[in-house]
Amino acid sequence: MPPFPTVVPMSWYLILSAILFTLGAAGFLLRRNIITVFMCIELMLNAVNLTFVAFSHQLKQVDGHIFTFFVMVVAAAEAAVGLAIILTVFKNRQTLEIDEISSMKL
Amino acid sequence: MNFYIISLVKAGLVAAVLLTFCAYLVWIERKVLAHIQLRPGPYRVGPHGLLQPLSDLIKLMTKEGVIPANVHTFFYLLAPFLAVALALISIVVIPFGPEFSIFGVTTGLGLTDLNIGILLVLAVSSLGVYAIALGGWASNSKYSLMGGLRSAAQMISYELPLALAIVSPLLLLNTLNFREMVVGQEGYLLGFIPRWTIFAAPFPQVFSFLIFIIAAFAETNRVPFDLPEAESELVAGFHTEYSSLMFAAFFTAEYANIITVCCVATALFLGGWQPLWPAAYGSSFVPPVIIGLAGLMLLYHGSQALRTRRWDRFSFPVIGLLFLGLAGLFLVPLLQPVLIPFFWFMSKVLVLIFVFIWVRGTLPRFRYDQLMKFAWTFLFPAALVNLLLTGLVVALTS
Amino acid sequence: MDAILFLTFAGIAVACAINLVLQTHPISSALSLVGVMTSLAVLYLLLGGSFIAAVQVIVYAGAIMVLFVFVIMLLNTQGERMLPKKKVMPVAIALPLLFSLIGVIATIVATQVPSTEVVKFGTFAGGDPLTFGRAMFTRYLLPFEVTSVLILIAILGAVVLAKKEI
Repeated sequence: MPPFPTVVPMSWYLILSAILFTLGAAGFLLRRNIITVFMCIELMLNAVNLTFVAFSHQLKQVDGHIFTFFVMVVAAAEAAVGLAIILTVFKNRQTLEIDEISSMKL
Repeated sequence: MNFYIISLVKAGLVAAVLLTFCAYLVWIERKVLAHIQLRPGPYRVGPHGLLQPLSDLIKLMTKEGVIPANVHTFFYLLAPFLAVALALISIVVIPFGPEFSIFGVTTGLGLTDLNIGILLVLAVSSLGVYAIALGGWASNSKYSLMGGLRSAAQMISYELPLALAIVSPLLLLNTLNFREMVVGQEGYLLGFIPRWTIFAAPFPQVFSFLIFIIAAFAETNRVPFDLPEAESELVAGFHTEYSSLMFAAFFTAEYANIITVCCVATALFLGGWQPLWPAAYGSSFVPPVIIGLAGLMLLYHGSQALRTRRWDRFSFPVIGLLFLGLAGLFLVPLLQPVLIPFFWFMSKVLVLIFVFIWVRGTLPRFRYDQLMKFAWTFLFPAALVNLLLTGLVVALTS
Repeated sequence: MDAILFLTFAGIAVACAINLVLQTHPISSALSLVGVMTSLAVLYLLLGGSFIAAVQVIVYAGAIMVLFVFVIMLLNTQGERMLPKKKVMPVAIALPLLFSLIGVIATIVATQVPSTEVVKFGTFAGGDPLTFGRAMFTRYLLPFEVTSVLILIAILGAVVLAKKEI
């Protein structure tokens, strides 16, 4: 068994990010509640942010942080509009199940 | 290793003092409110009700902790824990005094010296809304839910003016670190006006201070913004269904939040531990004189005590002598660099806390729509305009 | 110390993420997501991004997720049915594929990223507010201004959507 590392290899951060992203994707595909699906998207965004910050550390530059910041801003805007849409959908259909909101389907 | 030991000792000390202070804040609040309304307030337990917090604690601990049927047990239990934990965290970044050396160890009079201190306070306070919203939702009661929803909306709305009001003094101070902020407010204009941000050139931050205090009232759910627990409409709001120690946790959290907010306002606007006027004009003698005078007054009143208040004959002189001893401590040169800044910091915090209680005793409660309208149509634009003006003045003068 | 902190908070993040996917009630999912976000904030601190860590908690956990929780409470829906019968087959195929995706990514990362690349707390301090602000308001000024327009559009959109009956 290799000795317990005192410092963290960069790859650990990337693998953690991959795990979180995959979990987000899994939730996105499996869950039927719009709000939960929406939260899974946020989880995927977070996983990607972790990669940005990790690479920012590797390259010793702040650009990754700035990109993360922009992702957060976009996520905030997305959450505001998305939740407003969800509220409207719920008002009109009294359901949050994505399978039942399918009137646009052919 | 030394670092860990010092940190542990400091953390224990701060936690003990903070929690005791929280308990006595209840006593102070009841006394001040009582005197505003011409009542004596708590009087029975101990001299002038001084042991009231202890008896309250015993009462709350020995009460049965009821978990009502049909609550979401996990979140119901999590909410008060979250509330008190988050309320106690933000005190770590507050510096109560400058760095000092004792027994050959140099350490700051505060738990940490964080570079992003004010951001941590904002972050923790923005998480605080979960505790209230969750407590309200998990209780599965309409009053609690209404209280929780109201508080979530209120805290989100008032966080914006609060953050904007914090930004303008930061433009003058150029740092996010609390200790550097207070150090930056050192010195005097014209030799006697302290260079606190509330007075400072080029743009005195009076408006930011007022906006900050108003928003802080809303963030801590105090009168006149205590809609989440408006007892005339919502029984007790989000903590209607809580009893025993869980109720005490919400209560402690509320008071700890008030203390933190007052500490932040002191460090940000009122110059932290900087004295009101220069030490050259004798500001170092203010603490011993004030505390000594209080001790002498207690001694005098002890000798003049009424026949019906027999205990006062004993308790007043004892407490008076304690005060005189405390005043003597302020004259010991070894302790002066620690005690005098600490005195100034605490006295400013206590004045702010008194304002909190005073407002509670004076103002009626807002209506919910008035509360929201006030935040979005007055406070937020005012904070924006103030920030713009400050930025303009700072840009023109630097 | 670095490894202990990383493993602790990575563990919390993964556990919360799994909980997010598995819980049936939206509130539980939302709080798990808050857990993921706050533990990621600690990891950002370890990576030297003190400012971005604070922003992560303030914006993500303190604003976006509060909005989610607020909407969930407002709608006050019950927990969902986990899976309709006809969906079991796709799930049975999808799950192994997802886990093999993790495996593939991990293999690629492990072979491509040199093992000499390590993260040590304190070796990179470029994420402090000062450096961040300098970069943001010089090199990235135009994107920054564009995001403010984006936010404005989002606010208008949210107001219109919430107000009008569609």
